[in-house]
Amino acid sequence: MLRIQIITIIASLAFLFLVFRMVVKGRLREEYSIIWLLFTGILVVFSFWEKGLLLVSNLFGIYLPANLVFTISIFIALVYLLHLSVVASKLQKQNKLLAQEMALMKIEMEKMKKEIKIK
Amino acid sequence: MMNILIIIPCFNEQASLPRLISDLENLKLPEKYNVSVCVVNDCSTDDTQQVAKNLDVILIDLPVNLGIGGAVQSGLKYALLHDYDLAVQMDGDGQHPPAELQKMVACYEETGASLVIGSRFIVKEGFQSSFLRRLGITYFHWLNKFFTGKSIYDSTSGFRLFDKKAIKLGARYYPDDYPEPESLVFFSKAGLAIKETPVIMVHRSGGQSSIRSFTSFYYCVKVTLAMFFSFIRKS
Repeated sequence: MLRIQIITIIASLAFLFLVFRMVVKGRLREEYSIIWLLFTGILVVFSFWEKGLLLVSNLFGIYLPANLVFTISIFIALVYLLHLSVVASKLQKQNKLLAQEMALMKIEMEKMKKEIKIK
Repeated sequence: MMNILIIIPCFNEQASLPRLISDLENLKLPEKYNVSVCVVNDCSTDDTQQVAKNLDVILIDLPVNLGIGGAVQSGLKYALLHDYDLAVQMDGDGQHPPAELQKMVACYEETGASLVIGSRFIVKEGFQSSFLRRLGITYFHWLNKFFTGKSIYDSTSGFRLFDKKAIKLGARYYPDDYPEPESLVFFSKAGLAIKETPVIMVHRSGGQSSIRSFTSFYYCVKVTLAMFFSFIRKS
């Protein structure tokens, strides 16, 4: 077994464990963990199955397997960043709505308080 | 009887707010109008909250800073909730003299438009702002003409009157930051009649404009994009 292979196996397994633990502890929501689990899983598979990378590279017509790894991982990172921006936009929208509702409710509450005092 | 809600979005306006409110209290509008003033404190870091509490106004106290659009929208939501006939957005810094409100209301009565904009540019009097800012405003004028087909000169003006239809639409959707030009595209797509009336504006008596020079480029890009997307979005 190559030294680099041992390093990737350890690194990807450690990463997989980290994602697992975060989901278990409730620090990462399941819906966001899916993508991480999926790609860490792929990473683990390819770090064990050395020939697989070469095979897939040949399939895509890519000369160096390393280029395949870079291309795919950069692409996935980009897509995931876009997804996070969408999530942030959604959160901002909900946050705004909540703040407004709360401020409006506070007015009604003050009004009620005064009415109760009068009675 | 017509109920008007004056919405004053405030971010750190403790200096100018008391005078503005007392000016508004002394305002003379035709008999049938019943004016209420609503201050929206957009999570100010100064004493705006306390100052407003001591005044005889409806205070919408936002727990987080939402930006001018979110603040105005809160006021529109309040107006919708309490069934106001008209709402007027007015800056908290004293840039929009309350006396000019009469012109806006007169324009509304005359034209029945859903949205009346107080404009600095139809008649050139009073405070005209700097060259660069005027350049930007000219750009937005053309952009607006392109997107809405209407000639609106002061599309960045934050002095505007909403009727019931506009209140309802604005309460549902209003852009967050730099909302003025974009909302025009939105309102005009929804088929609302938009009219402009000349008003006199004065130099800011305190606080700082939400549009500062180093962010003005970002402002242009953001607003252009927002107007474009508002234009192609299905309403």
